Amino acid sequence: MSKHSPRDRVTGTPFTRGLGVVILAGITLLIILAIFVSPADVNQGESVRIMYAHVPGAWLAYLAFVVTGISSVAYLWKRTRSLTWDRIAGASAEVGVLFMGISLVTGSLWGRITWGTYWTWDARLTTTAFLFVTYIGYLAVRGLGGTHQQRARRSAVLALLAVLEIPLVHFSVQLWNTLHQEASVAGRGTDVEMDGLMLFTLFLGVVVFTLMYVWLVLHRQRSLALDDMLDDSGLDNALTARRAEAQGVAR
Amino acid sequence: MSNSVPGSAGVIATARLIAAKDLRVERRSRVLLNQVLPFALIVMVMFAFALDSDAVLERVAPGLVWLATLFSVLVMVSRSFAVETGDGALDQLRSAGVPATGIFIGKMLALMVQLMVLVALLVGAAVVLYRAHFSWAGGVLLVTTATAATCGLAAVGTLYGGLAAGAKGRETLLPLLLLPVVAPVLIGATRATESAFGTNGIAISEGWPWLGLLVVFAVLFSVAGAVAFGPLLDE
Amino acid sequence: MIAHEPGIDVVIDLSDAVAVLGSFPALAGATLSVNRGEIVLLRGPNGAGKTTLLRLCAGLIPLERGHGQVLGIDLKNDRELVRHRVGVIGHNNGLYGDLTVSENVRFWGRTVGATRAEVDAALRRMGLDGRLADLPVSRLSAGQKRRTALAGLVARRAELWLLDEPHAGLDATGRDELDQVLKMAAAAGATVMVASHELERAAQLATRQVEVVAGQVREIGAP
Repeated sequence: MSKHSPRDRVTGTPFTRGLGVVILAGITLLIILAIFVSPADVNQGESVRIMYAHVPGAWLAYLAFVVTGISSVAYLWKRTRSLTWDRIAGASAEVGVLFMGISLVTGSLWGRITWGTYWTWDARLTTTAFLFVTYIGYLAVRGLGGTHQQRARRSAVLALLAVLEIPLVHFSVQLWNTLHQEASVAGRGTDVEMDGLMLFTLFLGVVVFTLMYVWLVLHRQRSLALDDMLDDSGLDNALTARRAEAQGVAR
Repeated sequence: MSNSVPGSAGVIATARLIAAKDLRVERRSRVLLNQVLPFALIVMVMFAFALDSDAVLERVAPGLVWLATLFSVLVMVSRSFAVETGDGALDQLRSAGVPATGIFIGKMLALMVQLMVLVALLVGAAVVLYRAHFSWAGGVLLVTTATAATCGLAAVGTLYGGLAAGAKGRETLLPLLLLPVVAPVLIGATRATESAFGTNGIAISEGWPWLGLLVVFAVLFSVAGAVAFGPLLDE
Repeated sequence: MIAHEPGIDVVIDLSDAVAVLGSFPALAGATLSVNRGEIVLLRGPNGAGKTTLLRLCAGLIPLERGHGQVLGIDLKNDRELVRHRVGVIGHNNGLYGDLTVSENVRFWGRTVGATRAEVDAALRRMGLDGRLADLPVSRLSAGQKRRTALAGLVARRAELWLLDEPHAGLDATGRDELDQVLKMAAAAGATVMVASHELERAAQLATRQVEVVAGQVREIGAP
C-alpha cells in the first residue's frame, strides 16, 4: 500500500499506461482503415463505415452488462465477497452506459442513412434501448447512499434482476416482431457483404473498443476504490475526533 | 416452508397474515375503490379523447386496457408501501424478524387481488367505451391472461416497490425501474387480449403462446422476488 | 409471562462497539452490560448515539468493530436472530392507522403465533380493552398509540424492549401511564432500555442510568 493519502494517489499503473499506448495506436489504425482504406459496401456505399463504430459499441454494451452481472454474483457469494467486485460492477455499468449510448446513436444514424428511418423495432435495437434505460436506473440506485455494503448489496441484486429481465425483453420483442414485417427489412439492411479487409477492420474495432473498455473500467474502478478509501479513512479520523470529543466533555 | 427463525411464524403463515392485513387496510381506507379505480377509468376516457376514432379505439382497446393497468400499478405499489412506511411499520416488521419472503408473498398476493379487480373493471370499460367484445372461449383466455399478468405485475411491483420504499426521489425512481421490466407483460397481455377480443380477426388460438410468456414471467419474478426481497430490505 | 432461557442473565453485552451511519461513527466504542429485568435509562445530548445504540442492540444495524452479544446471540454474525426477540419502538409506532387497536395488536401477536387469549391479555395489560380496542389507531391520542405499540411488544413476547424517546409527544398522564406499563413489563420478565431526555422520571422509572456521550457509554449508577 502506498504511503500517500488517498488524495495524492493516481489510478494509473505501468500496465494501464502501456495499455493506453496500445489503444491509441489501435484507434489510429482503426480510423485509417475504417474511414479511408477499407472499401465501401456494394449496397450501402460509404454509410457502411458507421458499422465500425456501431457493432463494437453494441458488443461492448453487452460485455459490460455481462461483467456487471458476474461481478454482482461474485459480490453476493459469501466466499468471494469483496467490495472490489461491487466497484467493478459499478465501473462496468458506467462505461457500459456510455457504449450503449454510442451503439444506440450510431445504430439510429445508420438506419436513417441506409433505409430512411431513425428507429426500427427490431429485437436487437429495442433490447439495447431497454438495457440503456435499465442501467440508468441501476446507476440511480447506486447513488442512493448508505454504507458501502448496503450500496453493494442493493446494486448487486438489481443487476441480477436486470440479467433476468433483459433476455425476457429480447424474447418478447422478437416474438412480437414475428407478427410484423419490419423485422425482415431491418435484417436485410444490416446484412453487409464483407470482404477480407472489412472483416479485419471490424475485428480490429471490436478489439480496440474492448481494450478501451478495460482501460476505462480499470481506471474507474480504482477511482471508486479511492473514493471508498476516502470514506473509510474519514471513518478513522472521525472515530478519533469523536473519541476526543468524549474526552473533552468528560472534563 | 418451516420457521426460518425459531419462535417466529413461518413464511406461509406470515404471507397469509400480511396479505390479510393489506386487504383489510384497503377495505377500511378504500383507496383502491375511491382513488385508483376512478383514476384508471379517467385514463381510459383520456385515451378516447386522444385517439379520436372509434375504429382505432376498437383496434387498440387491448393495449389501452393494459397501459392503464401499468400506470395504475405504479400508484398501487406506491400506496402499498406508503402504508408500511407511514408509521414505520415496515421497519417494525424488519425489527420483529418477520421473514422477508413472507412479507413479499403476502404483499404480492394482496396486490394481485387488487389488480384483478382493476383489470376486470378496465375490461368492462373497454367493452363499454371502445366497443370491445368477447365470446365464452375468449372469456376463459381473458381470465387466465389476467391471472398470469397480474401475478407478474404484482411480483415485480412488490419487489421494486420495496427497493424504492423510503428512498429519496422514490416517486420518480419507481417508474424508471419498474416500467422497463414490465414491458414483456405489456406485450404478452396485449397480444393475448387481442386474441380474446378477436381484434383484427385474430383467432383465440393465437393467444395461448402469449399466455405462456406471461406465465414464465410470473414464475421467474415471483421466485426472484421471494429470494431478493430480504437482501433488498435489509440494512 | 416471558419465557426464560436458563442461564442467560446478561441480556446486553457490548464491548468497544462501533456502529456507523453512512461513514459517520455514531457509536465510537461503546461498552455496556445490562442484566435481565433492569430498566436502564439512556441519557445524553442529541447526536450522542443513543438511537444508534438501540438499533445496534436490536440487530438492525451491523456491528462495524468491537464485540457485542444480545440475549446470548452474537451481533457480528447472527444479528438477524436477535430481532424477533427484541422490540424496538422509535419515534414512530409501527402501527397501521386504518386498522383498529385490537387488529393491530393481534397482527403483531400473530407474527409469533400468539393466541387470541394472549392478545386479549396484552390489550388488558395496557388498558386497551373495552371501547378503545375497536377504534382505528388514527383516532387515538399520542399516549394511546404508544400504549398500543407496547401492547404489540407484549403480544410478541419481546424479551428486550428498546424504546427511543417514548415519552415524546405525551402529556403528563400519558407519561405516568407509560412508566407504569414499563415497570409492569420489567416485573413480568422483560428487560427495558429507554433513551430519554426525561431526567425527572429517572428516579421513578429506571433501576439504572447510563450516559451516552459522543458515541461512548458512561455509567452513572442507580438514581
